[in-house]
Amino acid sequence: MSLIETILQRAQSLHVPLSVHFDLTYRCNERCEHCYLDHRDLGELRTERVKEILTDLAEAGVFFLTLSGGEPFLRQDLFEILEHGRSLNFNIKLKTNAVLISPSEAARLRDLFVERVQVSVYSVRAEIHDGITKVRGSLDRTIEGIRALRAARVAVSIANVLMSSNASDFDGVRRLAQELGAQYTLDPTVTPMMDGDASILEHRADADTLRKIFRNPAIVGNVEEFCAPPAAVDDDILDGFSCSAGHTACYISPYGDVFPCVQFPMTCGNLRDRTFREIWDKSPQFAELRSIHARDLHGCSSCGHLGSCSRCPGLAYLEGDMRGPSTADCEKSFLRTGVEVPGLRSRINAPMQGKLVQIQV
Amino acid sequence: MSELYVERSRKVAYRRLGAEIIIMSASDSMLFSLNEVASVIWEAADGATPLSAIVRDEVCEQFEIGIEQAQHDAEEFARSLAEAGILLVSERPRVPSDSPAEKTA
Repeated sequence: MSLIETILQRAQSLHVPLSVHFDLTYRCNERCEHCYLDHRDLGELRTERVKEILTDLAEAGVFFLTLSGGEPFLRQDLFEILEHGRSLNFNIKLKTNAVLISPSEAARLRDLFVERVQVSVYSVRAEIHDGITKVRGSLDRTIEGIRALRAARVAVSIANVLMSSNASDFDGVRRLAQELGAQYTLDPTVTPMMDGDASILEHRADADTLRKIFRNPAIVGNVEEFCAPPAAVDDDILDGFSCSAGHTACYISPYGDVFPCVQFPMTCGNLRDRTFREIWDKSPQFAELRSIHARDLHGCSSCGHLGSCSRCPGLAYLEGDMRGPSTADCEKSFLRTGVEVPGLRSRINAPMQGKLVQIQV
Repeated sequence: MSELYVERSRKVAYRRLGAEIIIMSASDSMLFSLNEVASVIWEAADGATPLSAIVRDEVCEQFEIGIEQAQHDAEEFARSLAEAGILLVSERPRVPSDSPAEKTA
């Protein structure tokens, strides 16, 4: 077992929220075609309240803190928040489009020892990247921002969301990451908008693209291992959980709502009227989520993919049943291994239900 | 033998998780986990308290260990974390006026 797995296991047994993703704003200076957010400011938490919440998070044991948005650099108090966060000894990762990062901002991030900055890049072709962000010149400014960060020796990860419009561009982005000395991640996740509008799902990469990606050693490493048929389901798997959402991780919106995850919009409480500790310890929603073991899942518990599926309980929740399957992950399991997923074909075109607040970008 | 002073690097993030401390270095994203005794030293590593005082007043007070063995282990521990770049070890106590700025890159 790796050190991080050991730490996660210990955090779960101690009931510690080791990781928190905190969106400081939903405002943004780009209008990405696949984005799920409503970019209006509907009453963001003020600086002092954000700082109080960070203090509470540190006391609760949170170690990994991801600050994101929207575009977090649109908050005038971002560096004040970062300084407070670092004074509380958080490990901080910042997610941004880097458009507003000049050498001066990069130097401040370096001096605060922000562990990593994650930047979204969709293509190295401006017509594709700028077409997705809807902002002319955004690719150039994003790359400029990344160069400033790297010149300041700040660690950067380039996150490449894979969609139909940039399906053939990932290799160029991967090479750009190499050239800039940045990590590279490719993510095919596109989810509905926060108001429940599922029209943006049309941007998802198609099955053929995913099948090719899953067999590309530059992306997945050992293809044989990655695409191996699922291992037999045993009691350890049946006693396990889908992911860390609500167990050792959670999400906070710019308005103080606490959810199990950025992709799991089940409100467990609001930080305007309750403390983080109260919500984490006493929310009935968290309690219900934590009670669900793999053996309790509807359909999934008897599916042969159970042990290796990337099932997302948040997406399952959006499909109407957090104990049920998340169809996009069923599809990925099938495309990855070629092994049929029971009931997948009948669900694949079913409409999504409920409201989604965010996806990982 | 001269006195040693130990101080946590500003480059790291750390948090107590039960009896142990987890640390991540911003320089290279290396993750560390300290055992119970090492965690006590880490939390007391303010750069102003001599390591021998930390061993005497914290380690030997809280754990059943002889002072000589504890001092030896503490120095070895301090040097290994210094090599990893997450602990500063000095023969002088830190005072604000002469505290060397840590390189940020």
